[in-house]
Amino acid sequence: MATKNTRASARMMMAPAVIMLFIWMIVPLAMTLYFSFLRYNLLNPAVTDWAGSFNYTFFLTDPAFNAALINTLLLVGGVLAVTVIGGTLLALLMDQPFWGRGIVRLLVISPFFVMPTVSALVWKNMLMHPVYGLFTWIAHVFGLEGIDWLSDIPLTSITLIVSWQWLPFATLIFLTALQSLDREQMEAAEMDGAGPVSRFIYIVLPHLARAITVVILIETIFLLSVFAEILVTTNGGPGTESTNITYLIYSQALLLFDVGGASAGGIIAVILANIVAVFLIRLIGKNLEA
Amino acid sequence: MMNLKPMIIGACSVLALAGMARAETITIATVNNGDMIRMQKLTDDFTAKNPGIELEWVTMEENVLRQKVTTDIATKSGQYDVMTIGTYEVPIWAKQDWLVPLNFDKSYDVDDLLPAIRSGLTVDSNLYAAPFYGESSMVMYRTDLMKAAGLEMPDKPTWDFIAKAAKAMTDKEKGVYGVCLRGKAGWGENMAFLTAASNSFGARWFDESWHPQFDSPEWKKTLSFYVDLMNEAGPPGASNNGFNENLALFQTGKCGMWIDATVAASFVTNPKESQVADKVGFALAPDAGFEKRANWLWAWSLAIPAGTQKREAAEKFIAWATSKDYLKLVAEKEGWANVPPGTRTSLYENPAYQDAAPFAAMTLASINSADPKHPTVKPVPYVGVQFVAIPEFQGIGTAVGQQFSAALAGQVSVDDALQRAQALTTREMMKGGYIN
Repeated sequence: MATKNTRASARMMMAPAVIMLFIWMIVPLAMTLYFSFLRYNLLNPAVTDWAGSFNYTFFLTDPAFNAALINTLLLVGGVLAVTVIGGTLLALLMDQPFWGRGIVRLLVISPFFVMPTVSALVWKNMLMHPVYGLFTWIAHVFGLEGIDWLSDIPLTSITLIVSWQWLPFATLIFLTALQSLDREQMEAAEMDGAGPVSRFIYIVLPHLARAITVVILIETIFLLSVFAEILVTTNGGPGTESTNITYLIYSQALLLFDVGGASAGGIIAVILANIVAVFLIRLIGKNLEA
Repeated sequence: MMNLKPMIIGACSVLALAGMARAETITIATVNNGDMIRMQKLTDDFTAKNPGIELEWVTMEENVLRQKVTTDIATKSGQYDVMTIGTYEVPIWAKQDWLVPLNFDKSYDVDDLLPAIRSGLTVDSNLYAAPFYGESSMVMYRTDLMKAAGLEMPDKPTWDFIAKAAKAMTDKEKGVYGVCLRGKAGWGENMAFLTAASNSFGARWFDESWHPQFDSPEWKKTLSFYVDLMNEAGPPGASNNGFNENLALFQTGKCGMWIDATVAASFVTNPKESQVADKVGFALAPDAGFEKRANWLWAWSLAIPAGTQKREAAEKFIAWATSKDYLKLVAEKEGWANVPPGTRTSLYENPAYQDAAPFAAMTLASINSADPKHPTVKPVPYVGVQFVAIPEFQGIGTAVGQQFSAALAGQVSVDDALQRAQALTTREMMKGGYIN
């Protein structure tokens, strides 16, 4: 039982850590907010006057902004769909007893440990390259024209690359959840005459609901800011076909060196991310309450 | 006697520490191009001649280098003592007082620097960067494929001839494409090529009062010609190809012609790196009958940021790396064909170099035919051949490059790409206060 004194001393001891954390988060955010109202271009340091809402208006009316917003949502949605469906199927498969299961599990999980830039480079130069790539070679073997992945279907290609990286994460979480499923319940259902599809829909899927929610929430946080894969493969192009909000802010900050514009973009991105987060928690977060 | 040994060791350590304290370390930011990597391997020569100076290298890919050095110099963080920058940055940064003017002694022979390159690095009659290697662009072509197509490359080809030859050399079944050109978006990638090409078609970025000109018929002609030619005779995936990608395609025999940096000549004729080394010919960049050729002018140069505390040591290093003696040093170790090209008149007068480098004459002619002060047919308010020397250009250039890359990939039409380029350039020029 904590007395008043121990509680006070606990607060005292925790205070430095809490204050540090608070400063760590609030200072960059406050600076970004401040810069977003300034006319501040690194290449023209002489002019740093107050800009009012100029940077925000400019960012929001950028013809690339709408494209970036749609691409961001498509990318998040696409990767989530692939990883949740693919992850469930892979987890079901890997839950079955078969010879060499340990090695297969290791192989399936390994993409998660490859750096995003490295995997993007491999996909770009060894798999999707329209002249030397493996996919083109396979297409030629079957007498087909190879697909020019990164030019013709850039966003789909990036979705594929990112999904490949996140699939192991989803698989791993779902496999863990599956292993906690009560075998006796499954056997009972089977004895009662439930087929594999019914067993999946009425027993496995409800059991996985919480794991699916966790995967969707965690992945969304990371997928909203996918960057390395885009930078390495398409540079946001062709045109703005694969530009997402993160890449658009990067181009403001490090191609235009417009600190003011990029800061305004950053604040807008934070607001958008929060809207997505609230929406997600309302929609699926109720699974976590049970 | 027993105590002597530790005392000697101690004294030695103190001396060593004192020595280390006196040694000055300069940090050099550079680009990961072949010539710079070679320089790093040869720096023993410099440190032997300058025992008090130690070198620390930070080598980066071109785009990363640009971002790092620009943010470093603009925020005055002083991370680097020597920076590798190009002819685009030098005049802009010198005007901001971000660079230190260079003063070399007589033995350096500043007058030996090629006039076109030297003038690009000079502001108010002060030299602000020393050229490590210089380049223009030219046509590199496969002599065997040209012969098989029944054509002969003139020394000064026209765009019409290039289009005709490209179509004749293309054999898609065998994976041979008539022409490889840059398509990857970026002001230093596809826009370097397309801006230089547009000059030859009579186009310009801005009129005299800084109004963007992408709605002009000359730009339409430039972009339509480029997209049509690449669709018919270019490699698949061209919208992702920059200098390095095209170099790999040409070296592996996939390209009939390649119009790009003159510095590539030594890579495509080097039998260790190129499968077609003995079948490469050179010609000037094409024209369309308007007296301007589609060739650019660039020099990777070494400069000292104003924030450095080690100006003297940095200057010594730059003098060494861009000296005549450095050229000799590379020639001794690697052969004359591999010395950094395009900086000194004396190199092009050297018979040993002329013998070893079949591309020397064409490189020099290309560099000399580029005029950064009068880059276009119609008058313009800016300096620069393949770029516009204003701070906003790298952003605008890349954004326009993205639109043109999309046109090449077939994602948007040529008209749409030009219209978008016009709109976004107008927006950024208004933001920069050039127009209302």
